Amino acid sequence: MSSVAQAITGSGALVGYLPVGFPDLQTSIDAAVALVENGVDALELGLPYSDPVMDGIAIQKATQQALAAGFRVRDVFTAVEAVRSRVDAPVLVMTYWNPVVQYGVGRFADALRDAGGAGLITPDITPDSADEWIAESDRTGLDRVFLAAPSSTDARLAATVAASRGFVYAVSTMGITGARADVDAKARELIARLRAAGATGPETIAACVGIGISTPEQVTEVLGYADGAIVGSALVSALAEEGVAGVARLASALSHGK
Amino acid sequence: MNDSIRESLRRLPGPFFGDYGGRFMPESLIAAIDELAAAYDEAKADPTFQAELAELHRSYTGRPSIVTEVPRFAEHAGGARVFLKREDLNHTGSHKINNVLGQALLTRRIGKTRVIAETGAGQHGVATATAAALFGLECTIYMGEVDTQRQALNVARMRLLGADVVSVTTGSRTLKDAINEAYREWVTSVETTNYIFGTAAGPHPFPAMVRDFQAVIGDEAREQMLAELGRLPDAVVACVGGGSNAIGIFDAFLDDADVALYGVEAAGDGVDTDKHAASIERGRPGVLHGARSYLLQDEDGQTIESHSISAGLDYPGVGPEHAFLADIGRASYIPATDTEAMEALRLLSRTEGIIPAIESAHALAGALRLGRELGPDGVILVNLSGRGDKDVATAGRWFDLLDDGAVQS
Repeated sequence: MSSVAQAITGSGALVGYLPVGFPDLQTSIDAAVALVENGVDALELGLPYSDPVMDGIAIQKATQQALAAGFRVRDVFTAVEAVRSRVDAPVLVMTYWNPVVQYGVGRFADALRDAGGAGLITPDITPDSADEWIAESDRTGLDRVFLAAPSSTDARLAATVAASRGFVYAVSTMGITGARADVDAKARELIARLRAAGATGPETIAACVGIGISTPEQVTEVLGYADGAIVGSALVSALAEEGVAGVARLASALSHGK
Repeated sequence: MNDSIRESLRRLPGPFFGDYGGRFMPESLIAAIDELAAAYDEAKADPTFQAELAELHRSYTGRPSIVTEVPRFAEHAGGARVFLKREDLNHTGSHKINNVLGQALLTRRIGKTRVIAETGAGQHGVATATAAALFGLECTIYMGEVDTQRQALNVARMRLLGADVVSVTTGSRTLKDAINEAYREWVTSVETTNYIFGTAAGPHPFPAMVRDFQAVIGDEAREQMLAELGRLPDAVVACVGGGSNAIGIFDAFLDDADVALYGVEAAGDGVDTDKHAASIERGRPGVLHGARSYLLQDEDGQTIESHSISAGLDYPGVGPEHAFLADIGRASYIPATDTEAMEALRLLSRTEGIIPAIESAHALAGALRLGRELGPDGVILVNLSGRGDKDVATAGRWFDLLDDGAVQS
């Protein structure tokens, strides 16, 4: 069982997202560590990219600021290694595809594994366009988290479940990242469909819900039917507004929703 | 497709053109893209659909567009004979309507009631807003803030036609970011909304579908040249941003080995500066907006902002079929700077009484250079993809044509 899958076993996991290099590399590392110290079970470190089509304004602003401050792809490996040396939680990297292609898919996989990373979440490619990544993740033993959407057909959900390792990322709603008052009823229905497609839990493959989750109550609600709840934009906003102490407070509050 | 038995380069079906193309997209949009691809495959084979589109082009677009020989302009092109395919005379003023009417018919076919589109110069946005008015569809257009300023007239045109125009303030605030924002919006509204993509780029089926809808340009022009001259041109020239007008005129000539094809990329301040949009000349393969193609990007794969005086060519990527044609050597891609394009714009205006769009003026600049190479025996066909009404304010500033105190847009 992968380290990510292990972290998700039990009563339900809290997965936290923060971008590398925001507001600077060291602070982003400290903030990620603070997440784990305050109850987050697994980390998603975002790789800032010039054209983040799945991200709402909070994450766009943070990642564009990181790029303007000189973020380089190699900083991701530095961050993963630093976080792993300080806390014991699996670290996935969330990245759009072109930076991986330009680094070299195999070279990227080697560097991520050597840094102690657990795998990749890839929001803008699907298993049917990911042959090279599937081969390289098999070679290196890295997890590969693909996304499932409310609009996905049953056949595509089955293919996504079959191709994913670590967990399947269930997109809660038809939309981009950002806090929402209601996490859609569509999330519950999607998880049921993923269960039927074989993602029955960490023993087979887990299904975690992301996009729109920002409160402990939403975490509780989502963990009532899913294996994990993923929080991103709310943590990014907390870091932007109140620094590492703020993001630690929010992580602690969210983890009480577990 | 089996490469060993397919000898024609025409109408390649995608999703891949050699190593380029594909469908690198968020899962949330795959169902809609699949639906569109299936609907297009059916429509392509449906004579009723094709007849309806042809009738719209006859009675609404104004097709076939004429071919005009421009001898006074050609005196500056080494004496070669120069012919213009007059897409500028289409309703809405550019080639964009050819594609939009096809995709608007498809929108109706799949039962969606709203359309969105990106636009750079505003030509695709105006064409989409026009088709939305014609078909009674709701319409929202995404346009970079920089472009809403330099193409203010087209913003007003779109609003007059009943469209909402969203000014995009993220990233470089030009076409690339308008596409990003349109994708983000499409994810949230995909159940009711079709994305009418404006150029022969993006994920499959857009590159092949947009090419097919624009191929009417080359189909007509090839027949017109044969009827007029009894021969094919030596060279066909078109400007390339995403590349829809270029692939539209190239397609009919792809299997004519003696016809050289030239795509003219926007070189901005020059391809050796950091301000240009020459993706094929100075980019390298990467993935952006759903397809693998040539791309202006840094070492890390971050997209580099392009620069061109022409909003319609100010895009850091290019359609995948052009990347393929460049690699196999079937088409050549050459640069024209802002200055060369503006000189060509003024020259055509003064010698022939035709004011071209700044985009199309890049093709004219390429033709001037090629004509000097071909000499007096040469015959060049240029796709005059759009008219310059929208660019008069820019030209007025560039050439200092405005009286002091005059109101400028």
